[in-house]
Amino acid sequence: MQANVQQFPPFREPGAAHGHDDHGHEHHEPGFWTKYIFSSDHKVIGIQYGITALTFLLFGFFLMLLMRWQIAHPTQPVPFLGPLLEKMLGPMAAGGAISADLYNAFGAMHGTIMVFLGVVPLAFAAFGNYVVPLMIGAPDMTFPRINMASYHAFFLGGVVMFVSFFIPGGAAQAGWTSYSPLATTIPTNGQAFWLVGMVLLITSSLLGAVNFIATIIQLRAPGMTWMRLPWFVWAQFVTAFILLLAFPPLEAAGVLQLMDNALGTSFFLPTGLAVAGKVGEASGGGSPLLWQHLFWFLGHPEVYVLILPAMGVVAEIVANNTRKPLWGYKSLVYSVLAVGFLSFIVWAHHMYMTGMGQRIATFFQATTMIISIPSVIILTCLLLSLWGGSIRINTPMLFALGFLPMFGIGGLTGLPLGLAAADLYLHDTYYVIAHFHYVVAPGTIFALFAGIYFWFPKMTGRKMNEFWGRVHFWCSFVFMNLVFMPMFAQGIKGMIRRMSDGGVNYSAARVPGAIDTLPGSIMELNTWILWAAIALGIAQIPFIINLFWSIKHGEKVGTNPWQATTLDWHTPTPPPHGNFPQEPHVVRGPYEYNAPGFEGGFAPQAEFPAAGQGHAQPAHH
Amino acid sequence: MDIPYTVHNRPDTGIYNAKLGIWLFLASEVMLFGGLFSAYVLLRAGAEPGMWPHGWLDVRLGTINTLLLALSAITTLLAWAACKVREFGKFKFFHGCTILLALTFLGIKSYEYHDKFIHYEIALNDGTFVDGHLKEKSADFDLKKKTGTVTLHGRVVQDRKELMDLRMPAAQAAVLEEHVIQAADIKKMQNYGPWHNTFTAIYFTMTGLHALHILGGTLVIFYLWGPGSRMWKTDPERFTNRIEVSGLFWHFVDLVWIFLFPVMYLT
Repeated sequence: MQANVQQFPPFREPGAAHGHDDHGHEHHEPGFWTKYIFSSDHKVIGIQYGITALTFLLFGFFLMLLMRWQIAHPTQPVPFLGPLLEKMLGPMAAGGAISADLYNAFGAMHGTIMVFLGVVPLAFAAFGNYVVPLMIGAPDMTFPRINMASYHAFFLGGVVMFVSFFIPGGAAQAGWTSYSPLATTIPTNGQAFWLVGMVLLITSSLLGAVNFIATIIQLRAPGMTWMRLPWFVWAQFVTAFILLLAFPPLEAAGVLQLMDNALGTSFFLPTGLAVAGKVGEASGGGSPLLWQHLFWFLGHPEVYVLILPAMGVVAEIVANNTRKPLWGYKSLVYSVLAVGFLSFIVWAHHMYMTGMGQRIATFFQATTMIISIPSVIILTCLLLSLWGGSIRINTPMLFALGFLPMFGIGGLTGLPLGLAAADLYLHDTYYVIAHFHYVVAPGTIFALFAGIYFWFPKMTGRKMNEFWGRVHFWCSFVFMNLVFMPMFAQGIKGMIRRMSDGGVNYSAARVPGAIDTLPGSIMELNTWILWAAIALGIAQIPFIINLFWSIKHGEKVGTNPWQATTLDWHTPTPPPHGNFPQEPHVVRGPYEYNAPGFEGGFAPQAEFPAAGQGHAQPAHH
Repeated sequence: MDIPYTVHNRPDTGIYNAKLGIWLFLASEVMLFGGLFSAYVLLRAGAEPGMWPHGWLDVRLGTINTLLLALSAITTLLAWAACKVREFGKFKFFHGCTILLALTFLGIKSYEYHDKFIHYEIALNDGTFVDGHLKEKSADFDLKKKTGTVTLHGRVVQDRKELMDLRMPAAQAAVLEEHVIQAADIKKMQNYGPWHNTFTAIYFTMTGLHALHILGGTLVIFYLWGPGSRMWKTDPERFTNRIEVSGLFWHFVDLVWIFLFPVMYLT
């Protein structure tokens, strides 16, 4: 207790007694339920979020594989899984083949699951929960029990979404965007499940966002000034604000659509709406455009919720492995704030095709071009950070380096979509799919892989296997590109999204000599993409095995295997309840990797004065 | 390490955790109701000319409810002030008033909802409309089988548009009387529930969501007034903070009503 606690024992068993006498009452061993299910410890909640989110990512990936099969081989029974599908889903998968309705359900749920149950919980909730309090020197989140409630609401939302596959009529089929009136007129209760699930997920993210912001504002350790925050914390801070303010309008829209579906109101149903040739009973007078405005008011900021935490992860790993400070830390901070603010005024660039008017389109086109400036500054700073560094190549760094060009491709291909004139042609084609998947799949998900390999030693005290990590990276890198690059070509040739037959009915291969149809070469790509996607799936097997195997059998490492400066690496591993045996006193910026006077040539952000003595200049106490 | 600043302000931010938390939560709530108010604006601006209802709600009841909430805002503030000067009895009295005012508000609101649910508009086969409150349905009344009669207390109009603006002199002067209608004559019969038109839809949604907030706030305040007030003996400062934080929520809910009242009742 009296010693300066910078040298921790290399590895501590979780839950082992750790000597701080003022906490004697917390030393009794908690049972399984309180320790793993109803835990209010931010680290346990982070891991809960991580495991759940990874499971949903895998599930969403399988939905995608089934859809790719259907696109490449329309109406053919799915090999191996076909009979199982028919057994579980009934007539929607008659004969083991994917019907158009089922394809629509898979499409809607793939998007929903990947965004709201996969990437956001992993990038924001899992990494944010585990890492942010450690990085700022906090004992926990400000509201631990609300944090627990946040995970439970999330889990419940996931269950509701998952269950909706098995109700009569199947899951929601109106796309992850759930445009009205389509979402109200499809005869399935799946949409109601989707809406209830979304309300739960929004509740979860609200509780999480309040917690993150309050934690970062209130629980920074003494000396952790705003400009000493690791950039990852800044990214999470801005993300939390986006979630806090952008999600509620979607909740409002969800309530309105639920009223439309359940109570027969007409918020989004226009007068005289005819379904299947029959004018409906609804009173009419509603506005389909209203749904799109409310949806995309969340929908676009959501894109930055997906990308900012990923950029934060990459920034930490790049600084750590180039052994030098991030290039342009202040520019990064101001840029992420600018992105956060501007993300609220670009939403209608998803709606150029709705006929909302040229003037409005021009405004949103301008803001869309403006928001690309801070985004490019962030990417440029990360790229320039590599300049002159003595770069260490390891699995996290490989994934972080892979992120940079992949996100670059995703971002730059978005510019033509942001310009109304070009978008009129490209809208709703596979070009759009390729664009945003480059941002999210080889972009964000690569960064998340990087984060998992990077912080795994903090959670377990062991490293993941380096060789299989590299196999995982190179295979994922190659096959990701083989999956998504051809879609640019398909989209430019005019292949439209959401066609359950993969475009067969529009293809020249089917109607020889027809004008403006999809040529056979473009249709053939569907088969190639299917095989690339299967290979991408196989490439994840080393990762999954590595993840579980390394918990028990990975190489044992000390508390700070990456020789990092930030506070998260200066606690015992894994961190005990309360995180820091002594209150850390932050004395310098986050990336002092060029500090010759210090052991290892890097200067940790904080000092740990022995208890009772206090630091020479504590900022406050 | 324990979580700091749960009761006392952090010196450099000047706020304690829960107060910051509730302000962030309220920012989110502003966006939630902001989304709904935007929906209101778009629906109203997009309504067919002459088809947006006016004067459908009872301004007198709305005014009473506005005053009730305004008064409850004052008692909430006084309850917190009583805690601050450590007068527990006064706190009990003022927050007791808050709870009673809130319950009265909900009672009046339920009455208004009930009034809408028994208010019917019936389209007759001859093209006219009967509009009024349900008095009686005959025992054998069945729309599908076309048997029996229904009695409304209201009036007959030739055009639905006449029902839209009840502030007009013609509508004010209309004589309400009982009409007995044969089921066989009825083309469509619908009450003034959320499904009636986009006005009733947004009215029920927004005031309903607001009423849920009132209910939630009342439950929290009731808990703090009753069983939760035991904390007064052990940690009065933390308890006072709880009163302050729940009070902030209550003031926000009042504020939403201050916007709802003119938007729904007065225009």
